[in-house]
Amino acid sequence: MTAIPLGVPRRLVEFTIDGEKARVPEGATILDACRAAGKDVPTLCHGDTLTPKNACRLCVVEVEGARTLVPACSRKAEPGMEVHTDTERARHSRRIVLELLASSVDLSTTPEAAGWIKEYEAKPDRFGPEAARLNEEPRVDNALYVRDYDKCVLCYKCVDACGDQWQNTFAISVAGRGFDARIAVEHDAALTDSACVYCGNCVEVCPTGALSFKSEFDMRAAGTWDESAQTETTTVCAYCGVGCNLTLHVQDNEIVKVTSPHDNPVTHGNLCIKGRFGYQHVQNRG
Amino acid sequence: MDLHFGDSKPTDEERAAVDALLGPAESSWEGADRDAAGADDLRWARGGREARDRRDLLLPGLHAINDRVGWISEGALDYLCRRLTVPPAEAYGVATFYAMFAVRPRPATVLHVCTDLACTAAGASALCAGVESRLGPGSGVQVERSPCLGLCERAPAALAFRAGDPVRTAVSAPATVAEAVLAATAPDSAPEEPPAALAVPQAGDPSLILLRRVGVVDPTSLDDYRAHGGYTALRRAFELGPADVIREVTDSGLVGRGGAAFPTGRKWQATAAQPDHPHYLVCNADESEPGTFKDRVIMEGDPYALVEAMTIAAFATGAHRGHLYLRGEYPRALRRLEHAVAQARARGLLGDDVLGQGYAFDIEIRRGAGAYICGEETALFNSIEGYRGEPRSKPPFPVEKGLFGKPTVENNVETLVNVLPILTMGAPAYAAIGTPKSTGPKLFCVSGSVARPGIYELPFGATLGELLARAGVRERLRAVLLGGAAGGFVRPDELDIPLTFEGTREAGTTLGSGVVMAFDDTVPLPRLLLRIAEFFRDESCGQCVPCRVGTVRQEEALHRIVERTGAAAADDIALLREVGRAMRDASICGLGQTAWNAVESAIDRLGAYE
Repeated sequence: MTAIPLGVPRRLVEFTIDGEKARVPEGATILDACRAAGKDVPTLCHGDTLTPKNACRLCVVEVEGARTLVPACSRKAEPGMEVHTDTERARHSRRIVLELLASSVDLSTTPEAAGWIKEYEAKPDRFGPEAARLNEEPRVDNALYVRDYDKCVLCYKCVDACGDQWQNTFAISVAGRGFDARIAVEHDAALTDSACVYCGNCVEVCPTGALSFKSEFDMRAAGTWDESAQTETTTVCAYCGVGCNLTLHVQDNEIVKVTSPHDNPVTHGNLCIKGRFGYQHVQNRG
Repeated sequence: MDLHFGDSKPTDEERAAVDALLGPAESSWEGADRDAAGADDLRWARGGREARDRRDLLLPGLHAINDRVGWISEGALDYLCRRLTVPPAEAYGVATFYAMFAVRPRPATVLHVCTDLACTAAGASALCAGVESRLGPGSGVQVERSPCLGLCERAPAALAFRAGDPVRTAVSAPATVAEAVLAATAPDSAPEEPPAALAVPQAGDPSLILLRRVGVVDPTSLDDYRAHGGYTALRRAFELGPADVIREVTDSGLVGRGGAAFPTGRKWQATAAQPDHPHYLVCNADESEPGTFKDRVIMEGDPYALVEAMTIAAFATGAHRGHLYLRGEYPRALRRLEHAVAQARARGLLGDDVLGQGYAFDIEIRRGAGAYICGEETALFNSIEGYRGEPRSKPPFPVEKGLFGKPTVENNVETLVNVLPILTMGAPAYAAIGTPKSTGPKLFCVSGSVARPGIYELPFGATLGELLARAGVRERLRAVLLGGAAGGFVRPDELDIPLTFEGTREAGTTLGSGVVMAFDDTVPLPRLLLRIAEFFRDESCGQCVPCRVGTVRQEEALHRIVERTGAAAADDIALLREVGRAMRDASICGLGQTAWNAVESAIDRLGAYE
């Protein structure tokens, strides 16, 4: 998050990452420090606008003296800590996590998944053809966005964005337990029977494309979705006086989806239904 | 928060069940009838912080509905949510987390038939098949294959719940098909359970310390408890004052008996020293480790001991409220503790002025609802608070931020009752029992292939062989499981392992919660391992990937090699090792971290697939 920092200056914490000295403000996570040092640690459930649930365990690193690996996205840096980001042990767990995910979930629209699978030499097929998968069908129950839980890695980001971290609507939750746990509204009903206000802030934070705009979902199904042919224009929402930033994704002179810059100090990537979905009038050429 | 409710209405029974817990609804916003007195204003709600502060009544509310009706309907859930200002989606997430709740219609009676390790070795498969054939669809009973019910000394076991007002329960153990069917179809006329003392082969032995009152005192009588030395430890605690009580506990060398073996005195000291208030005490009585039943026997046989011990722990750590989180599958322990707490309250041993010492303390009992993971300390906090019982990441640790975000000391039942002898006999005398590194007496839950299964109290340091000899271990011993599903197997030629924390560690295994389960060679090991893997798959909360998917892949691999050995199993064993290592290294909590322990030990120590 690049919000303008306010408040009292924080003390610096000194520790080492892979043998090199690191200094970060007190309260910063190991991941913050790694990124500041230019080190790549893969993450899925970490979002730049949310407090991570540290559920995916992809970002695990080794901390000397710790019995288990620790999640870089959540563990705060402590003075004198000795962190190793790329040990055999950490890489092993990342590889297995990728194999477990890729063998049970459709990662085809997770932006960096293919690269990580290659980098960590993960072999999701090793669990055999009988390996249990989520086997969910896309849920198309409204005109604005689609829930395809076959692609869900259960990162909790949508639940947190809908709940107390941003929207305070609490329309969705994790239901069930273990491998059968799924994101659901009450009684597993259709979205239209829920508390959903269609702000789309869950779609904004979804890291795998399990939640996608109906426009994108339909174009992907039709084979016309082409990100290389899209332009992104950031502008100001014309509806009310708040002045949220909108990023219009345009393909063939049509708006195909609307996102919002996460580094906006007012909205942090959040919008309401009007800013997110109310753009059809722009392209009425009648 | 913008609450949205559907159109479903609760039935009169569902409404009555919720109102019995929360009192009648006061406005139509809360779901009261429009024509009820004072309820004609739809806009009035007991909202905001006051309502949110009652979120912890969500789990008791779900229990109330499930107990009365047998399942939780949309209308009932919505009504409960209105009363507590909880978003229905979240309440649905909580209700679907627990195995004892259903959100689809089902018969009023549910019969849980244990298919876990000890019961399987005692013929649970035949029992299940027999019961299922007698209680098919239309019988009014739903039969569920259940993880360990904590009745291992009387395996195989079955437990029936019949919804109604009040809910009826019946235990059948050791169960035959006819007895289990009777328990389910006529819980009121099922024979009374044998006394708890039957689970203690040493009962009445004057050298016992922790179990000395079990089978000797009337568990319903506070007077009898006091006549047998009850409440002398609390008096001693008041004489000493909180700081010296903690010093005594620290000097005694007491460590947690739930499995993690953390020094109790250090935990108490760390909580007592926290500037943030209030402090809470939580007793973890969610005993769900397969093969463990010691806490049940203490709670059923000597419930006041736990009440007294909790009072001492709270006094020492500056807490005025204690939560006893009791396993949902222990109906008799629940009744005994509810009675004991009420008696203690009536006699001034709980309440605003305990023993006239000006110290206020009370105990609230919370019932679990079928989730092994809630035995994990932070998952237990979430469960009490009315959230899904998912573990939190540590740090922060409970001594700093525990229940309701406040400093909390959480101890297991057995740990707490050890505090009584520490105070009555003094720390030096207590520390002289056992070995220098593992002090005091220890309870062992012995089950499986032994003539006298039950709880044994021995000083730390006795060997595995001595314990098994006492229990009358049968011939053709093939393996012993130490510490339950999260523990490890040892071989019959390793019976000289001393039963101490350091001794088992040195031998490369674990004492865990004190489970000692003996298996003879009639039970095929791969089947046992598969059952353990199924247990972890079913009980994983699903929060982190290594455990959520890893436990599934582990079970699949064990399934593939259940009939294979040698080279035919080698690939899957290699795969198990890799997945197991990641579960151990990268899972959030102890469940995932230990889900591979028993399987690994069976492969490496027992040569299960050679």
